[in-house]
Amino acid sequence: MTRPIIEMKGVVKSFGHFQALRDIDLNVKEGEIVVIIGPSGSGKSTLIRCINQLEEHNGGLIIVDGHEVGPRCNRGVLTEVGMVFQSFNLFPHMTVLRNVALGPVRVRNLSWREAEERAHRLLTRVGLADQAAKYPSQLSGGQQQRVGIARALAMEPKVLLFDEPTSALDPEMVGEVLEVMQQLAKTGVTMVVVTHEMGFARKVANRVVFMDGGRLVEEGHPDEMFGTPRDPRLRSFLQAVLSH
Amino acid sequence: MSIFDTFLNWKVFVQTLPLLLSGLSTTLTLGVTAIILGFLGGLLLALTRLYARAPLRQIAIAYIDVFRSIPILVLLVVIYYALPFVGLRLSPFGAAASALSLVSAAYSAEIFRAGIEAVPKGQFEAAHAIGLSPWRLMSDVVLPQAIRIVIPPITSNSINVMKDTALASVVAMPDLLKQATQAQALAANPTPLIGAAVIYILILLPLVRLVGVFEKRLAVRGR
Repeated sequence: MTRPIIEMKGVVKSFGHFQALRDIDLNVKEGEIVVIIGPSGSGKSTLIRCINQLEEHNGGLIIVDGHEVGPRCNRGVLTEVGMVFQSFNLFPHMTVLRNVALGPVRVRNLSWREAEERAHRLLTRVGLADQAAKYPSQLSGGQQQRVGIARALAMEPKVLLFDEPTSALDPEMVGEVLEVMQQLAKTGVTMVVVTHEMGFARKVANRVVFMDGGRLVEEGHPDEMFGTPRDPRLRSFLQAVLSH
Repeated sequence: MSIFDTFLNWKVFVQTLPLLLSGLSTTLTLGVTAIILGFLGGLLLALTRLYARAPLRQIAIAYIDVFRSIPILVLLVVIYYALPFVGLRLSPFGAAASALSLVSAAYSAEIFRAGIEAVPKGQFEAAHAIGLSPWRLMSDVVLPQAIRIVIPPITSNSINVMKDTALASVVAMPDLLKQATQAQALAANPTPLIGAAVIYILILLPLVRLVGVFEKRLAVRGR
């Protein structure tokens, strides 16, 4: 529980003239649950998308599990990082079971039989064992996102990134996804979660990170962050999101 | 002479039917060959245009632009009558298949490119995130979706290729049109030409209808 599995040092990312990330320093220890909050456009998503190189950072250093990641890095490191997307991004032409089994077969070299066994186990874990033969379009949003989680887990990654996993869901389906994530947090997997669900952040996070304007403004234990926020920007953000 | 004697002469039609059918089989062989080669070449060109490094990509773009600009008939004549001067002598079938495939590949390439670009970005990202290699990303995730999207325009292009096979008659290939004109000369009656026209329509009309069906199905499924 001590070695940082993710180290970010002075990470910079810009899109043209827009500075999305300014000098980000962030370490995540193995087994830690880090929740990133902040107003939209503050760079939260960009930050975690740099960790698995869906965005290439322009400066600074990102080290995952002891290996630097970048445009020419070994893809092996990146397979240790799983991601759950806001819009699920399931493969629409494959059954749910195939969606989950594909990665283990193509990347981990499991046989289809082994991979489908693993997929069945994971689908059971997220409560979707009976939906394995369906196609993503036949599932509700909440079910699709749980498949998304199972698909990420199937690679047995060391780190799981969640990019606003409940933001595209109807309100009544948010709970089932958060429930699965909460169960997951107990298993000791490292999680970095970008979310607007303050309840989840408060209950599950070991550490909450607040971002604004591409900077990491304040971080700390959820009790401190929500109880005694220091930075005025964090205070006004919390006021805005917690007032309703 | 009545219209039935001149254009719809049953006796002439029956007499020349075997010739027409042999022409039809040549036409179909040529068309199917060019459609398959054009499909494969188009896919390769589209991937090169989208993902290859600088010089290769420019070559693909130049190829696609040039071969969409040249009339097939001109290309066919060049291949059949000009290339022998540099020692490359193709049979009528070889020349026609080459001309049709080269042009069809250029059109198919643009169709495939549009199809690949229509696959949502999130699909590429999800494939990256589970660590698929670029090759697997294409073969497992992107192309199956892209090809579904391009079935109507690819079928449309295939119909065009099938129709353009008639141009092969100018390089003396015994296709349906060539055999029909031959039969017309033999029988001194244009009925075989009418017969050939009807055969073209009978072969292609179902395909034309099929494009409509595909398009409707895609529109229903497309969210």
